[in-house]
Order: sequence, then structure tokens, then C-alpha cells
Amino acid sequence: MKTNSIKLEFNRQHALLLLLPVWFLLYHCLQPLTNLIIDKLLRLPSGSHLTESLRFFIFEVPKVLMLLTLIIFIVGIIRTYFSPERTRKALEGKSLFTGNVLAASLGIVTPFCSCSAIPLFLGFVESGIPLGVTFSFLIAAPMINEVAIVLLFGLFGWKTALIYVLTGLFIAITAGWVIGRLRLEKWVEDWVFNMKSGQHLEEERLTFSVRVDRGFEAVKEIVGKVWLYVMIGIAVGAGVHGYVPQDFMASFMGKSAWYSVPLSVIIGIPLYSNAAGIIPIVSALIEKGAALGTSLAFMMSVIGLSLPEMIILRKVLKLPLIFTFVGVVGTGILFVGFLFNLIF
Amino acid sequence: MEIKILGTGCTNCKNLEKATFNAVAELNLNANVSKVEDIQQIMSYGIMRTPALVVDEKVIMSGRVPSVNEIKDLLVKSQQ
Repeated sequence: MKTNSIKLEFNRQHALLLLLPVWFLLYHCLQPLTNLIIDKLLRLPSGSHLTESLRFFIFEVPKVLMLLTLIIFIVGIIRTYFSPERTRKALEGKSLFTGNVLAASLGIVTPFCSCSAIPLFLGFVESGIPLGVTFSFLIAAPMINEVAIVLLFGLFGWKTALIYVLTGLFIAITAGWVIGRLRLEKWVEDWVFNMKSGQHLEEERLTFSVRVDRGFEAVKEIVGKVWLYVMIGIAVGAGVHGYVPQDFMASFMGKSAWYSVPLSVIIGIPLYSNAAGIIPIVSALIEKGAALGTSLAFMMSVIGLSLPEMIILRKVLKLPLIFTFVGVVGTGILFVGFLFNLIF
Repeated sequence: MEIKILGTGCTNCKNLEKATFNAVAELNLNANVSKVEDIQQIMSYGIMRTPALVVDEKVIMSGRVPSVNEIKDLLVKSQQ
């Protein structure tokens, strides 16, 4: 049985080496392939609403899904080197500002799922990591994730993706720092500080082929979950792309409408969607005249602040702290929105 | 053998429970499988990611949903 499993691993790694060039070839042929299907195979009249919507959809869906698969696979391998336990160890005893910067940055690479927010929060608090540092992590982890980065890169280009990551980090660091300075420990449920965990886990030692397997697992899990959102998001985006007139969004999501930024944040907070569903729609809105700052603010509040996560956090935080958390992060997002409307 | 699944009731916790039941059945183990949903009890095992798998009070896996085959391996290993 043992030789069998070794053989299987070799096959998997070989398959991987073969798949990479195929991936790159296919990725670069997507545009001509799309045009071939639309113009030669289906013979649709170029320039009509339906044709351009369809062209957008047929090109963007495989492109985004291919990017997601590759990046999630790579990130899945990288993430096996980071665990919440290790992140906690790195954060122990760090001063407030350094701790905030480190926590926000580690928030990007540490594996995180909102259903694990509570054990993570408790684990941090229990080993004496300050509340503000813990919040920097809890803000960065859901807001800046690989799915959001891939979609921003694929649909907006690397500049917007970079702006999103940097401003997201800025918000996570400053909001965590502010919450830390406010000394809000009194608004954490009392039992949290009395809790003692019995054992500390030892680190797993993994071989590289196990890490590669984890990469495959991550692809199966995440792409399996978001592909439908990607399709729906891009379908709506394609409709906007083909049918909504140019500059239609300029009047109410444009730069001149100052109230558009706070309005986007207020609408965005209760709206719950993942990055995969919301980013394709926003990308189409930008094309129709929505301002970058307003759109960034909208995406960040939808992805970074979500009602289900607040409800989960209510188990360990009293209401005033949850409101403060939403208020501080919301203010940070507003600032980013206004700033980018001003610059661009 | 005493198997516990730690998790607050998310989808992954349910998937792990199902996979563990299958693994136990396939291995023909004489095991008692139970769920721990109370967060303070979960934390007493020192984990930071749910779901987790505990065999005879020792955490053998946390933070993912392994395949049935991998769970079988983990269960067998935990008995050595």
C-alpha cells in the first residue's frame, strides 16, 4: 500500500508540471478564442448589446476562474507555512504599533475563515495579545484575501489590486491602533479573560508533497465555493457592460456626488456577499463612470464588514465594542474613498 | 475509543462529522463519536481553528476537513 501512495504522489507532481504550461498557453489564447467563438462560430453582429455582453462573459469567466485556480493553489501551499498558532507566537509581546502592523500583514497570509473568528480571537486574547492588535488581524484577514486580490487583478489590473491591498492594510493598522488606544477591554465579555486553555498544540511537520496536496485541497474547497458567485457576478457585470449607457453611473456614483462615498459604505455594511460576487459588478460600474474611491469604499465595506461576522463576534464582544469596531473601520473606509476620489 | 468533533456548527464542522462517521464505519472501529459545540469547552483543547478532531482527549487535527481516507490514517495513527 505504501508504494502505491508514493506512486500516486509522483503522478500528481508530474501532472502539475505538465499543467502549468497548458495553463499559460490557454490563458494567452482566451481573447482570440473568445473572438473566434463570437464572430466566426456564432456569427453575431459585432457591436450590438447582446454580442458585447456575451463576449465579455465568455472571456471573463474562464479568465477569472483560471487565475483563481492558479493563485489559490499557490497561496494554499504558502499558507501551510503560516498557522494561527504561529501568528500568535509572532505577535506575543509586541508593542502596540509594531504589533498592529505585524498583525495586519499576517492577517493576509494566515488561514482564516469567519467561522473560526471566535477561537482565533479567544486564542489571541488568552495569550495576552492586546485587543487593538487582535483587531488589526480581524480587520485585515477577511478584507484582504486571495480571492479579492485575484478578482481585482483580473478585472481592474495590478494597480487597483495593489491600491486595495495597501489601503486595506492602512485601515486595519490604524483602526486596530485606535481601538487599542481607546482601552475597550471592559466591553469584552467577562468570561473571555477568565478562560484558560488546557493544552498547546505542537506544530505539524509537513513534507512538501503534503503541502502540494493542501494546495489542491484549497483549490477544491475555495473554487468549489466561489465559482457560482463568479459566474453570477460576471453575468451581471456583462449585462451592465453591454446594456447600461456610458457614464450612466457618473451622476450618482461619480466624483462630483460627494455623498456617494458615505452612501456606499452604509449600503455596503449590511450587504453580505463575498469578493467573488461583488467585484465583477463593481468593475462594470466603474466602466460606466463610477468613481474609483466610491467603488473601493463600496467593495471594502461589503467584503470587510459583514453582518454575519458581527453576529458571530457578539458571542465574545459586548454591543458597544461591536459598534465602535464598525464605526472605526467605516471611518477608515470613508477616508480611503474620499482620498481616492480626490486623487484620481 | 472516544472521538470528539469540535466546532460551533458551521458547514465545515458538519462535513468533518460526516467524514469521521464514514471513516469509523469503514475501519469498523468500536468508537464513540460525539460533538462539542460549546465554545469554552472547545477552547480548553487549545485550538485556534475549527473544526477539530479529538481522539481520547488529544487533538489530532484542526482547521480543515480532511478526506475520509486521511481521517482513517489519522485515526489509525492515533492508536499507535
